[in-house]
Amino acid sequence: MSENESSTRRLARRLSWEAILGALLLIAISGGGFINKDFLTAENWANLLANFVEIALMALPLSLIVITNEIDLSVASILGLSSCLLGLLWEFKCPMPAAIVICLFAGALCGALNGFLIVRFRLPSLAVTIGTLALFRGFAFILLGDTAVADFPPEYAAFGLGVIAHTFVPAPFAIFIFLAIVFWVVLHHTTIGRSLYSVGGNQTAAFFSGVNIHRLKMLLFICSGTISALAGIIYTFRFSSSRADNGTGFELSAIAAVFLGGVMVQGGKGTITGVVLSLLLIGIINNVLTLADVSNEILRIVTGSLLILSVLLPNLIASTRERWRFMRRQREIAAPV
Amino acid sequence: MNNPMNQSITIKIAALILSLTILGTTSHGEEKEIKKGLKIAFVPKNINNPYNVIETGGSMVACKEMGVEGKVVGPSDPSASSQVSYINTLITQRESAIVLAANDPNALIPYLKRAMDQKIKVVTMDSDTAPEGRSIFVNQATSEGIGRGQVQMLAKEINNQGEIAILSATPNATNQNTWIKFMQEELQKPEYKGMKLVKIAYGNDEDQKSFTETQGLLQAYPNLKGIISPTTVGVAAAARYLSTSPLKGKVALVGLGTPNQMREFVKDGTVKEFALWSPADLGYLAAYAAAQLASGNIEGKEGETFTAGKLGSRTIGKDGVVILGPPTVFTAENIDQFNF
Repeated sequence: MSENESSTRRLARRLSWEAILGALLLIAISGGGFINKDFLTAENWANLLANFVEIALMALPLSLIVITNEIDLSVASILGLSSCLLGLLWEFKCPMPAAIVICLFAGALCGALNGFLIVRFRLPSLAVTIGTLALFRGFAFILLGDTAVADFPPEYAAFGLGVIAHTFVPAPFAIFIFLAIVFWVVLHHTTIGRSLYSVGGNQTAAFFSGVNIHRLKMLLFICSGTISALAGIIYTFRFSSSRADNGTGFELSAIAAVFLGGVMVQGGKGTITGVVLSLLLIGIINNVLTLADVSNEILRIVTGSLLILSVLLPNLIASTRERWRFMRRQREIAAPV
Repeated sequence: MNNPMNQSITIKIAALILSLTILGTTSHGEEKEIKKGLKIAFVPKNINNPYNVIETGGSMVACKEMGVEGKVVGPSDPSASSQVSYINTLITQRESAIVLAANDPNALIPYLKRAMDQKIKVVTMDSDTAPEGRSIFVNQATSEGIGRGQVQMLAKEINNQGEIAILSATPNATNQNTWIKFMQEELQKPEYKGMKLVKIAYGNDEDQKSFTETQGLLQAYPNLKGIISPTTVGVAAAARYLSTSPLKGKVALVGLGTPNQMREFVKDGTVKEFALWSPADLGYLAAYAAAQLASGNIEGKEGETFTAGKLGSRTIGKDGVVILGPPTVFTAENIDQFNF
């Protein structure tokens, strides 16, 4: 009975956070359309969606990692490394499809290194991935140094820039939509998804209920590495530029989106829908403010404040509810007499 | 007998001549006129770089003179990908022209082409893209003159002897790399055979990074005799480091800097001389070039001439390059005459 009640209450809380995000999103879209007549054009939406596609991709596996109460700070460095590797392979006349596969594999290896250190030596993922954040970026600089590769074949650059015919959806963003659906199914409709929540909620309990925690975490980090490498490939084609400093600092934007999406810092809670909504919200707010010629510094302040709010608000809502319930119970106790 | 037909033809011819004359005069007049209602956006490398602030300040002065609606937008970090999102936004906002200092010669091209497809004129200033990305490039002086001039300036101070290093901005900055190429060419000349370029360091146009890169250069190369820093952020940071180090006055520093940033270092003897064109004039010239393009008065072809307010007229050179003029050399004697 009480078990049942707590799970419905949890569901209610989660739903309401997504509802809040959804409402904010509607406000942002209508506000944007009201402030600026160029906001609701197909062309602007193509730019808007393309602008955060790499961050959105990295945020998907990152959400699952945060749900299991771990973190991966090395994602943007893997992006940079994969971009450099792609450039280097292309310079050495490697056929592009093979180069892409090699890059994805390298990303998987990077993720496996993270997973190995975290699982095998039981090291905290925060420390490990701070280390690999510097390590992978360092590899990127070793590969390309201070030079850049820019002469990518036009058909690949066209993929990075183009939109799906007759829509405003950028081609790379279609990959994100597909992966978001895959992640949504895995997290919310499979046993793997349930294991992820149970590991994040209570690792010991999950272990005793038969979840192979080590394998699960290993898989998560490999997945994160591969998708970060994919983001690196897309970034390279989008800008026709392979450089060691590509995507520096993107990890923080991705983590911000995950937290704002309602994934709890302490693990165990969060949904893909929430993360997708928060990505859109951040993208739209940035776009509306840029269209309104708001300066870059203010943009940073807004994104920072959003992140703080995202951590603060759910806690405030929960504690207010607690207080209301307490007051109601007191009234109930007082009433029958 | 008056033939009505003839009469009407005469009238028509007269009207035609008259209208042609009117057309002729107006089209002649338009050659110098700037269109009404133009919107021009200026995208510097990054917005909080003091050099860029002065430069775009000059652009805004020009916009005011021409009655053009000008604005400055841009990223806070000097990277090409951050500039892209601003370029996209400006396309959406349907600006008449975009003037930018490019953070990468290639990465911006597809986006600039998209702008040009939508009839938005593109002008680069300071740092160019590949020529297909813009109509006009407004250059400070000839890149060759700047690059070789820096080596000559340093050689004079160290008597053509010793190890030297370059402290640049970002590794992909088009202008920096062109200057460095000419510096290296100049160093090939026999009179500089005693000078050896040991390292090109990159301070990314960030004060802190440039400062620590300078520190690193001096530690790694104890025999270093001179540093060339062809960037205002780099030269100021290098001067600040040298001024407090025991190597002050022993390691020569030349470069491109603004007089206000460099004044104290010239006065305390850390730096003997450095050079710069007027960044404000550069921004001013770029604004005029963009407005003339957007008014349809020029197309960016070699040999075309346009007027640029107080700077007089300029002729477009090969590859759409317009030159501002030779840089000014600042020394302890003349530095107080300048305030920017």
